[in-house]
Amino acid sequence: MSSFLSYLISGISLGSVYAIIALGYTMVYGIAKMLNFAHGDVIMVGGYIAFICFTELGVPPVICILAAMIGCLVLGVVIERIAYKPLRGASSLSVLITAIGVSYFLQNSALIIFGADSKTFTSLISIPSISLMGGDVIISGVTIASIIACIVIVAALMAFINKTKAGQAMLAVSEDTGAATLMGIDVNRTIALTFAIGSALAGIAGVLLCSAYPTLSSQTGAMPGIKAFTAAVFGGIGSIPGAMIGGMVMGIVENLSKAYISSQLSDAIVFALLIVILLVRPTGLMGKNIQEKV
Amino acid sequence: MKKFISVALVAAMTASLAACGSSSESTDTAAETTAAAEEAETEAEAAEEDTEAEADADAEAADESSDAEGGVFVIGGTGPLTGGAALYGEAVNQGAQIAVDEINEAGGINGYQVEWIFEDDEHDAEKALNAYNTLKDQGIQMFVGTVTSGPCLAVVEETADDNMFQLTPSGTTADITANPNVFRMCFSDPAQGTKSAQYIGEHGLATKVGVIYDSSDPYSQGIYEAFDEAAPEYGIEVVAAEAFTADSKTDFKTQIQKMKDAEAELVFLPFYYTEAALVLQQSKELDYAPIFFGCDGMDGILNLENFDTSLAEGLMLLTPFSADATDDLTVNFVTKYEEAYGSTPIQFAADAYDCIYAIKLAAEEAGITPDMSVSDICDAIVPAMQQIQFDGLTGAGITFDENGEPEKEPKAVVIENGAYVSAD
Repeated sequence: MSSFLSYLISGISLGSVYAIIALGYTMVYGIAKMLNFAHGDVIMVGGYIAFICFTELGVPPVICILAAMIGCLVLGVVIERIAYKPLRGASSLSVLITAIGVSYFLQNSALIIFGADSKTFTSLISIPSISLMGGDVIISGVTIASIIACIVIVAALMAFINKTKAGQAMLAVSEDTGAATLMGIDVNRTIALTFAIGSALAGIAGVLLCSAYPTLSSQTGAMPGIKAFTAAVFGGIGSIPGAMIGGMVMGIVENLSKAYISSQLSDAIVFALLIVILLVRPTGLMGKNIQEKV
Repeated sequence: MKKFISVALVAAMTASLAACGSSSESTDTAAETTAAAEEAETEAEAAEEDTEAEADADAEAADESSDAEGGVFVIGGTGPLTGGAALYGEAVNQGAQIAVDEINEAGGINGYQVEWIFEDDEHDAEKALNAYNTLKDQGIQMFVGTVTSGPCLAVVEETADDNMFQLTPSGTTADITANPNVFRMCFSDPAQGTKSAQYIGEHGLATKVGVIYDSSDPYSQGIYEAFDEAAPEYGIEVVAAEAFTADSKTDFKTQIQKMKDAEAELVFLPFYYTEAALVLQQSKELDYAPIFFGCDGMDGILNLENFDTSLAEGLMLLTPFSADATDDLTVNFVTKYEEAYGSTPIQFAADAYDCIYAIKLAAEEAGITPDMSVSDICDAIVPAMQQIQFDGLTGAGITFDENGEPEKEPKAVVIENGAYVSAD
């Protein structure tokens, strides 16, 4: 029983990191209708910013996290302005390829700047770990922080989108860009805002990812990015609670299949589950089934 | 404004391309050098003036080759100078360089100076092939490489086609030495697995052992299989064996928890130090402290940037070399290495150093000269390799069998106070 709980907790720990990354994917997809494959690499940049602030400059962890968020926010907005905005009217395939290009650009820039050796990240989260059942089950501070951060972010995003004017504008752009423009909504500004929020989330995700699994290289964001994208699709891309649920399910399934089925097959099992879900519910767990009106 | 931005982007991309270009430029220079050297050798009398002119043109790069009487031995190597395994490639390059410098100072091989060139392969199979081809363009006659197993497997077919003599310092996969032109300095994966089981059993370190291994890496998988097979012979019970893959190599908590549940007293980690550092860190989080035991891939963990070395306290690894040994050979090597590169040499540096000396001995045994073709050199040096016996950094009385495998005793080190200490 205690080992089952341990496996479950490692699953939730991994899942909450996936969930925060997936939120960034789902935000941008839901509103700008584009897959920002560079998102994972923005996370890597966030990790490096926090790493430099903490290890080289020695500033307090809270400032490091803020710096990572602001750094990623600026980066996200700049990427959007330079790489994606000129392609606003282009086919979604062109935008997708551009995003992959941006992803490689970021990875290779990091490779040139920071070198290829992976760095050991010092955890910025100083919450003590909790010991349950006489030390048999241990919940690390990073896990607690990730779960709390995940829930807070989801709640804040839902409130933002449903309660504020800017959030309503996002919703409008997401539903019908053309009509939103006619209603006087500045689509470009709304999309830039979406990127700003998504990228700031990437900054937090970077800090949490690197604190939970303390290694940092130019490839750090790549695989978690793909897994989180899968989680977003799993939960229903475009849906904010879906991203969180998708991320959690991914993390838990991955770890439980490692524990009880086979550590070699865990990735295969996760992706097989994705296929099954998409066969049964093509829009994902929480995805809206929007009918195309003719 | 838009135009300005696109111009800036183009400039940035050109700059990054130029960064790649610089290395190939130096390659070109080196290739010219070799060409010049060859010309000098064959047309020495007829075209003395020409050669001199060329040598002048290439004066900077060519000083060594123009000094030699009728040529130099060019030995090439490839290995990762960037990427996750960069420490190994760097160590091999630097260790070999020290041996080459020593040999040149003492008069070279058979009276000919030796030139050592090294190309980055980023621990990538495809790039290793490119790197090997670059070396061939530069006229290498013998090949010391590659440093890591995966790329090595990609290169061996090429070297067999070229009949190029190949001696890998640290490529451990069993299949590497399948072709008769390939030898190795380190233990093969199966040998490392077997020798680890032998060491753990004979030193009574543990009877219940867990293994975590990388099932996507032939190196790790190979060691695990041999270890698993040899374990019962040495009274070891493998109580848990868990895999991970290259795609999920950051989260080890589930695997560690399974080791913990199986009550393993020792956890065998036959993979590279980058992931091992995470295993150590996550074990501490889960409050699990068995003896950790690694192979040559663990070497380098103390050099990992920003790594909390207290996590590695008590970690043991099977290695033929420890820098704190007090024999003359080791002291001489460590002193020179520290002087030249400012860091303590790891096993890979020692392997490479021994490789160069093995080549020297075999070349002298076979009596080869630089004007022989690559293939002739290989045919002469292969039987000679099986004749030589020498005391190297990685063991006394090193010999090679007809399969290209080395024979020497295994040794282990333990990390104490952030430094390797001989475990015996």
